Amino acid sequence: MISKPYIKLKNVSKVFGQNPDTVIDLVQNNIDKAELQNDYNHVIGLQNINIDIPKNKIQVFMGLSGSGKSTLIRHLNQLIRPTSGEIVVNNVNVTELNKKDLINFRRENFAMVFQKFALLPHRTVLSNTYFGLQIRGVKSPELENTAKYWIDKVGLDGFENYHPNQLSGGMQQRVGIARALANDAPILLMDEPFSALDPLIRIEMQDMLITLQKELKKTIIFITHDLDEALKLGDNIAILRDGKIIQSGTGQDIILNPYDSYISNFTAQVNRGKVIECEKVMKKLSKDTFSNVTITKETKLEEAVRVMISNNINEVDVLNSKNKYIGTVYLNDVMASIINPIDEP
Amino acid sequence: MSILTEFPSIDTETLRSLKKSIDAGFKNFSRNYGDNIESFFEPVRFLLIESEQFLINTPWPIIMAIIAIIAWAGSKNIKIVVSVVMILLLIGYFDMWENTMKTISITFVAALLAIVFGIPIGILMAKSNFFQRVMNPVLDVMQTMPSFVYLIPVVMLLGIGKIPGLIAVVIYSIPPMIRLTNLGIRLVNQAVIEAADSYGASNTQKLIYIQIPLALPTIMAGINQTIMLALSMVVIASMIGVTGLGQPVLTAIQNQYFTLGIFNGFAIVGIAIVFDRVSQAYGKRIQESHGTINDK
Repeated sequence: MISKPYIKLKNVSKVFGQNPDTVIDLVQNNIDKAELQNDYNHVIGLQNINIDIPKNKIQVFMGLSGSGKSTLIRHLNQLIRPTSGEIVVNNVNVTELNKKDLINFRRENFAMVFQKFALLPHRTVLSNTYFGLQIRGVKSPELENTAKYWIDKVGLDGFENYHPNQLSGGMQQRVGIARALANDAPILLMDEPFSALDPLIRIEMQDMLITLQKELKKTIIFITHDLDEALKLGDNIAILRDGKIIQSGTGQDIILNPYDSYISNFTAQVNRGKVIECEKVMKKLSKDTFSNVTITKETKLEEAVRVMISNNINEVDVLNSKNKYIGTVYLNDVMASIINPIDEP
Repeated sequence: MSILTEFPSIDTETLRSLKKSIDAGFKNFSRNYGDNIESFFEPVRFLLIESEQFLINTPWPIIMAIIAIIAWAGSKNIKIVVSVVMILLLIGYFDMWENTMKTISITFVAALLAIVFGIPIGILMAKSNFFQRVMNPVLDVMQTMPSFVYLIPVVMLLGIGKIPGLIAVVIYSIPPMIRLTNLGIRLVNQAVIEAADSYGASNTQKLIYIQIPLALPTIMAGINQTIMLALSMVVIASMIGVTGLGQPVLTAIQNQYFTLGIFNGFAIVGIAIVFDRVSQAYGKRIQESHGTINDK
């Protein structure tokens, strides 16, 4: 069920330096980042990025600092222009827009949340929240009413007249999210939105985002350096290194089949029971009847263990969405899959 | 080897004719266009005379009340209002009220002109690196050229009087206004500008919603500096016919009247303190209401 790509990046490359056009051929021909830097004194931001991003899903880009993930997200709304390649958003090639059209395109399609919040310090929570609407020419009282609605939604009811510096980091980012959602843009760009927050607040914010997304179904582009966060939020995950996408797929794909040792180093730290689904470890038996305790094939391993232990059983039957029996999982297999394989590739 | 002991300069005859021809050229220019330029400044003269007439002809208790109200509106601080009133009472008691009103009038008009022209120029400088490169040396000249020197062409063009005095005061006092507006806008956090860009803000929207409000505390510091410089220039401008507290100071210098000089000098210091405290308190209040001062 792959839906039509909503955002499409075709051979997008970005080179930083004095004369990017002189070295773009080398970049397109996969020159090594270090070689370009040493011999040609140019820095690769992105190199031949190709990816299709589906509508209404959360697409995560994960990578360490310097991997190009922040550069990539800024290409989508053209805060950074690519050196070569094509970026199509909702059937519009954004790289060809002139300045005026680009401003309008941003107003209608994008809202962005920033790592360091980037709130307007001289404005209250309320007027920060309606900033995007104000830019689009929405007038009072719709301005205030919409802003109030989203301030309530993100749990900041009663803080409308505070200034950002009177709020904690977590609350400031709630304002950032309210500002983005109030804009009602179909695409939400989130550049490491939770990286600057305490671990507990971060989890709280992730849960809030998941809850909101169930209702809103926006196309979310989410940048993070944290694989746990990527796996928790991402419908699809692309891993970046040195400006290149080295693996792209669902969280489960990446955990089960890490492309190389770079990725398996990350995945080794992950709680696999929270990512892998029962379908991967179930055994297909031929039986027509099934026990009264059952789980679905999308159930995560950890949850399956919980079900088996609380019912004091060693096996449980798996049903598909039409309540048809499709297999059985065994406690032993589940536990073995949760533990990291010792001989990683 | 006279070349080592004496700098090889242009010979006296050539130099003299060079100076002569420049002077003659400028004299011609002022003879031909002086009247036009004077009529160009007519609205400014009107403003200057009106404000002076208002300050002098209105009964002093009313003026004092107006100034006290302005001080309160700006600072919201009763201590500042009381000191402002005390200073004005002392000035009046020592019979310097009328001259003080004249000085306040020209300072007010000069500061107003400096703000009206300085802020847009500062914004342009912040927006264009090229314009900044052009303006910087001009501002350097305006700030460092001895003020007596640019009195000369102004007097040649417009004669002696209020307007040339005002122009000299504005030229002398406008640079901090321009520089601090430019600086304030350039120092606005780039992350906030990027956020505005990402929501599709146009250049004008960025200027109105973000850059000017966030630069306002710096701009206020510029206004404060401009007022201070205008006040200090008023004495020098009295040499070309600007009336007010500067004139008795000038008389005192010429005749060695120590007490006269001291009294009028202190009156200038007094109104400088009034302007400074009120405008600074106002600037600080803006900063607080903007939440740019961290109050945690």
